[in-house]
Order: sequence, then C-alpha cells, then structure tokens
Amino acid sequence: MTRTGIASALASFRTARRRNLLIACLVLAMLMALSQLVRDPFTMDVLILAVLYAALSQSWNILAGYCGQISLGHALYFGLGAYATSLLYVKAGVLPWFGMMAGGLLAAAFALALGAMCFRLAGHYFTIATIVLAEIGLTLLQNWDFAGAALGVQWPLGSYSWAILQFGRSKTPYFVFVVGLYAITWLASFLIEDSRWGYWWRAVKDDPEAAESLGVNVFPSKMMAGAISAFLTALGGGFYAAYLSYIDPDSVMSFRFSLLIALPAVIGGIGTLWGSLLGALILIPLSEFTRSAFGGGGGGVDLIIYGVMIMFIALIRPEGLLDLLPRRTEGKAS
Amino acid sequence: MSVPVLASCHGVSRHFGGLVANRDVSLEVRPGEILGLIGPNGAGKSTLFNLIAGALPVTSGQIHFAGRNITGLSATARCHAGIARTFQVPRSFDSMSVLDNVVVGSLVRHPRIRVAREKAYDVLASVALEHRAGVSAGSLTPPEKRRLEIARALASEPKLLLLDEALTGLTPSEARSGVALFRRIRDSGIALVMVEHVMEIVMPLVDRVVVLNLGEVLAEGRPQDVVRDPAVVAAYLGERHRVA
Repeated sequence: MTRTGIASALASFRTARRRNLLIACLVLAMLMALSQLVRDPFTMDVLILAVLYAALSQSWNILAGYCGQISLGHALYFGLGAYATSLLYVKAGVLPWFGMMAGGLLAAAFALALGAMCFRLAGHYFTIATIVLAEIGLTLLQNWDFAGAALGVQWPLGSYSWAILQFGRSKTPYFVFVVGLYAITWLASFLIEDSRWGYWWRAVKDDPEAAESLGVNVFPSKMMAGAISAFLTALGGGFYAAYLSYIDPDSVMSFRFSLLIALPAVIGGIGTLWGSLLGALILIPLSEFTRSAFGGGGGGVDLIIYGVMIMFIALIRPEGLLDLLPRRTEGKAS
Repeated sequence: MSVPVLASCHGVSRHFGGLVANRDVSLEVRPGEILGLIGPNGAGKSTLFNLIAGALPVTSGQIHFAGRNITGLSATARCHAGIARTFQVPRSFDSMSVLDNVVVGSLVRHPRIRVAREKAYDVLASVALEHRAGVSAGSLTPPEKRRLEIARALASEPKLLLLDEALTGLTPSEARSGVALFRRIRDSGIALVMVEHVMEIVMPLVDRVVVLNLGEVLAEGRPQDVVRDPAVVAAYLGERHRVA
C-alpha cells in the first residue's frame, strides 16, 4: 500500500510541475503574440513596464516570498544595475549586455556584504534596515559627481541595434527583451522550488529555529537567497536604464521603486510562482492609466490606488489573489 | 568492561544572568536506550535538553557525542552529527505541505531531492501520516503535528532523538500509540531522551531515568528504584511526604 501511495504522491507532484511548465509556455506564447498585435506606443509602454515589474517582483519574491526576508530596499539593487549598465556604457563603451551582468554581480556582492550585517536582524528590524540602506545609497548617488550626481546619466542617442539595446521609437524589441528577462526570473523560481535551497529557504521562512534543528544552515540560506534576488533585480535595473536612455538617482533608486518591486508579489500571492505576474498585470496598468488620466496635477492618485489595493488584499485575501483559485495539488496523495 | 556511551554531559552548567538553570550536570546516554529526563517544573529539564540539542550554548562543561566533543557545535552541525529533536510546542513549517516538512529532514542525508522525497514518504508512512502527505502542515491537528515533528526528526536519520514532552497533552489512546511508536524507534537502534514531567507516562517506557531538581542531578537509575528514592519523592511531593 505504501509503494502505490508513494508512486501516486510522486506522480501528482510531477504532474503539478509539468502543468506549471505548460502554463509558462502558454503565457510566453500569449505575450509574444501580444507583441505583434499591439501597435499603440502608450499601451506598449504599459505592457513593458508591467512585465518588467513582474520580473522584478519575481526576483524580490525569491528572497521575500521563499526565504521570508521582507526587503523594502530593493531599489538599491535596481539602481545599482541601472547605474552600472549606464556608466559602463557611457564612460567605457561596454555593451549594455555585459554592463547588466556586471551590475548584477555588483548587486549580488552588495547583497552579501549588507546581508552579513542585516540578516542577523529578525522580522521588522530587517525590513527597516533595508529601507535605510537604500536611502543611504540614494543620497550617495545624488552626491557622486562622477555619476552625474543629481543630474544623472544620459545615454548617447542616434544609433540603434540589439547590441546596445537602443531601438529609437520602436518599443517591440524592448518588450521581447523584458519578456525574456521575466522568463529567466520565472525559471529561476521554478528551479528553486524543487531544489535543496528551495526547501531550506521555506523552512527558514516558517521557523528558523526548527530549521536549524534539521540541519539547515540558516544564515548561508539567507545570503544565497539575497544574492540571487539582488542579481536578478539588477538585471531589471540595467534594462530599465537602456529603455529610458536616461537615468537619475530619483528615477531608479527612490523608495517608490522598493514599493513597486514588492507590491505585485504581495497582491498576486507572495511565495508563489505566478503571483508576481498576476499582481503586476493588475497593478501597473491601473497605476499608469490613472497617472495619464489625472495628469501632472494628480501625482498622488496612483499611490492612493496602491493603498486601496493593499487594504483590499489584506481584508479579502491575505495570501494574495492566486489564493482565489482552487488548489488541485493538495489532499490527493492517497 | 565499560558500558558503551553514545552521548554524555560532563559538568555542564548554564546560567541566565544570575539564574542558574543547570549546575554541574553529568549524565550518559547509551546506544539504543530510552532515557527519561524528569523533574518538577523549573528543574532545568528543558534547558539541559536545549544544551544537548545545541539550541543554547553551555556556560561551562562539555558535551560529547559519538566519541567527539560537540560542545562548540551549532544546532545545525549537531543535526548532521546525528542528533535530532522535537519541540515542546510543535513547530511545523506551516506554509509547506506535510511531505515537504519531512523532506527538509531527509535532505540532511540525501542531497538529491528525488531520493529525499521518497525517503520522506517512507518515514511519513512509518508514523501513519502518509494519508496527509499533500495537505498543508498548518491544517494538522495538534497530535498530528507532534507526529509530523517526530517524522521530520527521524527523516534526518539520527542516532539520538530528543523528545521534549512529546506525550504531554495527548488523550490516553494517542499517548498509547505514541509509546508504541517510541518503542519501535528504539528497536530500530535509535537512542531516545524523553523530557517529561508527568512520571506515570514515562516510567513504564524508559530504561533509565535521570531526575533533575533545581538544576542539578538529584537521582539516576532504573525507574522502579528512582520512584522509591526518598529524595525524589520529597522533590516532587514536598518534605512532609518524605516518610511515606
């Protein structure tokens, strides 16, 4: 009886994994089809930002959702990626592809160095430390003359190619790129979920002391999650810089970005594979359309909407919107 | 001829500021035995338990396990060395499924996730929880959570299993099946140390008892001898029962 039980339990597990991969392929196909259908630049812009924030939130989710370390300072890694890519390209002529990788590695190194201090803090203390560190980073950037200080960095305009990720007025290549970026963060999460690290991280999130008693190296687990999360977030920052062709400290490292990176996963479902995309596809269009509808005078309306959404989620679905779907994988092991 | 020793404490003390929770405690755990660690509330049982598990550092003294000095090892390293534990208040990983909880334990010996999952399922079946494998651990009843904790600990394939009041708060029939489970675990070659303050539950089960009182070892021996020890009776019932 045990043998058949185990076989069916493992089979249902594999089915669930395969179903997720299948959904991923369908989503990818749909997004690619969308890139050919949409012609309106404003809609395309909203779509690009939505998928970008899905990718960023998916990266944030690796540290916050799986490992339980709620960071509200991911703007630091986002900004590091954006600045590393921009400065390497503008000052040294390094192609943005390599600049993004360099930014990712730099952000991962920062995450390890800062994690060595902050991961000793628990719960809210950790979160507050991340906010403070990102603000320090912002202030330093605003005063760093080599990096343009508060004026920021302008990418040279005029030549367009995939090599330098500059496409002029055409937005479709950016969309294709950002979908690829999202696919990478999704695949990273998918692989983590079925790995040693994935199990350790979730154990650390739920109960660090119990995790230790089961041989989990708690501190290295947090460091690993932090480094991977920072690396992927910085890739998104590098893309954002290439997309805007111009960055300044406030447009890549302000607290607003830390919030925007965290919110999609929180709204869609923290610690899940699909929560970030679902949350971003709801949140970003809503915020962009209200910003364009209310114009320059209504700068705070999108923040009001975030607040209302968080209250709504907190009251109706504390586990995120994905929790509304029936769970098919559970309780069928017999 | 000396008796083989699996784990031992040598003059172990633990202070919390001015409070002495354990003073100069020495004891031995032998391979494949069930050792009861008993004593009235506040006797220092849980502290000693946490010192052996590595959840707390000792103030002074040494702890040895399987022939090596593990005094300086973390709880994580002690788990890899072969010590597993449960908690007084069950601490399951509530966002994970029951099976995944046990996988965390089996990953200690089986780094490959597929192998770990199969082992975890076997262990779950051995505590009769396999029918709950797919549900979230947070939805288990308290007695089921205790069994899950034991399964999780067993999955790490320990030589020594520390049980912190694993039978407390169970109905008589649940306690009976728990006792049967502990005997099976012992028979599979794993030594058990059970912390309990209810004597009736542990006495029929254990091979040897160590009685703690006010942080020190008060008595040690076979259960039937220890219950007649006047010092033990006095510690549990008060001075005026000493003659009875």
